[in-house]
Amino acid sequence: MALLQISEPGQSTAPHQHRLAAGIDLGTTNSLVATVRSGIADTLPDADGYHLLPSIVHYADEPLVGYAAQKLANSDPLNTIASVKRLMGRGLADIKTTGTRLPYDFVETDAMPMINTAAGKLSPVQISADILQNLKQRAEKSLDGDLTGVVITVPAYFDDAQRQATKDAATLAGLKVLRLLNEPTAAAVAYGLDKNAEGIHAIYDLGGGTFDISILRLQKGVFEVMATAGDSALGGDDFDRLIAEWIMQQAGIAEDAEHQHIRQLLEIARTAKETLSTEDSALLNVKFIGWQGELNQQQFKQLIDPLIQKTIMPCRRALRDAGLTVGDINDVVMVGGSTRMPRVREKVSDFFKCEPHVDIDPDKVVAIGAAIQADILAGNKPDDEMLLLDVTPLSLGIETMGGLVEKIIPRNTTIPVAKAQEFTTFKDGQTAMAVHVVQGERELVTDCRSLARFELRGIPAMVAGSTRIVVTYQVDADGLLSVSATETITGIHSEITVKPSYGLEDQEIERMLKDSLEHAKDDVATRTLREQQVEADRVINALRAALKIDGDRLLKQDEFLTINTALDQLLKLKDGTNAQAIKRSIEKLDEVTKEFAARRMDASISKAMKGHTVNEFMEN
Amino acid sequence: MSLSANHFELFQNAVTFEIDINKLSESYRNLQRTIHPDKYANAPERERRLAMQRAAQINEAFQTLKNPITRALYILQLQGINTNDEYHTTMDGDFLMMQMELREQLAEITQLEQLNEFLSRIEQYQDNLNQKLSQQFAEENLQQAHDSVRQFQFFNRLHEQALQLEEELI
Repeated sequence: MALLQISEPGQSTAPHQHRLAAGIDLGTTNSLVATVRSGIADTLPDADGYHLLPSIVHYADEPLVGYAAQKLANSDPLNTIASVKRLMGRGLADIKTTGTRLPYDFVETDAMPMINTAAGKLSPVQISADILQNLKQRAEKSLDGDLTGVVITVPAYFDDAQRQATKDAATLAGLKVLRLLNEPTAAAVAYGLDKNAEGIHAIYDLGGGTFDISILRLQKGVFEVMATAGDSALGGDDFDRLIAEWIMQQAGIAEDAEHQHIRQLLEIARTAKETLSTEDSALLNVKFIGWQGELNQQQFKQLIDPLIQKTIMPCRRALRDAGLTVGDINDVVMVGGSTRMPRVREKVSDFFKCEPHVDIDPDKVVAIGAAIQADILAGNKPDDEMLLLDVTPLSLGIETMGGLVEKIIPRNTTIPVAKAQEFTTFKDGQTAMAVHVVQGERELVTDCRSLARFELRGIPAMVAGSTRIVVTYQVDADGLLSVSATETITGIHSEITVKPSYGLEDQEIERMLKDSLEHAKDDVATRTLREQQVEADRVINALRAALKIDGDRLLKQDEFLTINTALDQLLKLKDGTNAQAIKRSIEKLDEVTKEFAARRMDASISKAMKGHTVNEFMEN
Repeated sequence: MSLSANHFELFQNAVTFEIDINKLSESYRNLQRTIHPDKYANAPERERRLAMQRAAQINEAFQTLKNPITRALYILQLQGINTNDEYHTTMDGDFLMMQMELREQLAEITQLEQLNEFLSRIEQYQDNLNQKLSQQFAEENLQQAHDSVRQFQFFNRLHEQALQLEEELI
């Protein structure tokens, strides 16, 4: 029972103004876009009626995405890029050691991997952006309007570099990301709202390329992720590969077969896997060497059981991290196309000792959950009480003496989170200090993923040990890291944007964005102006609503005047054509309302707490 | 509330070791429902940043108070006791002896059943320490409480190692 309605200061949208928002499931094998229309969330089909968009891009003159690209996979493998999600936020060395055979022409580089294609050297971020662009167009066409924002889902197990790469791809595609949402959480949203099920849920998500297990608690509209674990390099593709390798063995095909042949073998393997979901055996027909064979249920189980077993270990770990046992789990939700395999369902059901939920199409459930969350974040449901509290999937630490890791933020910490750490200099007159941030659970730096290296410079030269440098690590609600440092004696402050080692620099994104706009013959200046105008409207609307509610209560006369003057100035400028002037005016307004914003936030916190006290009083 | 409020003040709770976790969780959810950055998805950049800082502070406070060890350490720090003092680690000889014996026992475990029996013994020790801490804090016996927390930490590490072994045995 809600006794006190708490006003949401951030969501002061005008009534009846529906904002177009979408949820995007950017998958390894397939991608989808969904939206909420007339209160119902569903995925959007393309012009031919297909909901799934194969995550495949073919590069020639113009990028081709989806089924059109898939058709060219065999004839032009080097220019047809599939499963690019596996490359996001990864270095070339990582990609080679995952054991995944990717038949592309990689450019040798220490930085972000690039693939040589007919359209030039392309990064995984650019390729993902092309997929997103396609979904964006699909959504805007069927909704007949521009999207104000999207929620994009990522595997819960994605590290900082992979999340950053995903967000960069969205920026490149011209999408405003309202939130990066963990896939299992999205699935829980899709189910939770349908059934209003309070309790503890396990979300078992076996997709094309990744496996995630999450333990969530749903209580009074708040989804709390209690723990998450998984394997970012295990999915349906691995089942296919295993079957393909078995066929190669049976048929005596050499390991270094041509790209084209490997593709065909993977296709045969995938079909066999799907057949075995309903049939006792599958016929195998390898045309290019004229070999025929059969894979029966027993052989199939023998092949795939070890892979399924590999998913059970993370389930155990997640339960343990959540401080729970199997008996505490109320139900299990199945997500991802690979959970269609009856053997997978059987094994999961054995482990959790309950029948898993499969009611919502496992391919669509994530996109649907993302659409529901996007609708709420866009401000279309101001009274909705739903809140998603996610956690960090991996521990965050820094390198210390001897290549050891000191953990700063342990895995499964609820985000957003900020942790401060104090350093001092160890040499007289030392003015710089190197910090190496890593992510992972192991004790040695070399066994963890390097996120970023940076140097703190401009430390005042003093006797060793007499400076105090406080470094703050912050992980936001999207799971992205930022670091800031302050020398506490002199108060020198420096903000460090942590860009993952295999990420794109901001300037690069800006340049690519500009290139792609020019390519689309769009006018950069017009676009910049429109962006500033939209931002100005956003700021003005939010401020007006805030002033109406709290202006009299929280502002002194002179403060009110200062804010009004700045507001008037922005109102005058915003319909003009000078983007720079609008930008400066927004910044000015932002500066003079800083204190007001902080006061409002604290007031709403106090109000929430009072609501709580009233609640207790009524109950007792 | 302000950034300088202590964790207990944030949840309008008196500074006590004994705490109603259900009530604490409910306050926590109420606060996050108000302040989580998702509630500010359409707000200007500055407000979003502020919301993130506040939400992080509330998360930190909740995590600290939820767990008995961090809660105890936090109360001790509020009382001006230096809990980071690494020189002050003289432990009771009998206790160290017992720890060594427990570690030896753990090292010899090869069966899952043995491990489960071992785990429940450790959990019993942890429960006892929890009760002991309640009493010591109620009697404002801070020095003794500090000793109990350190013992608690020993058992926690042991418990963690035992769980790691579980992963290997399965």
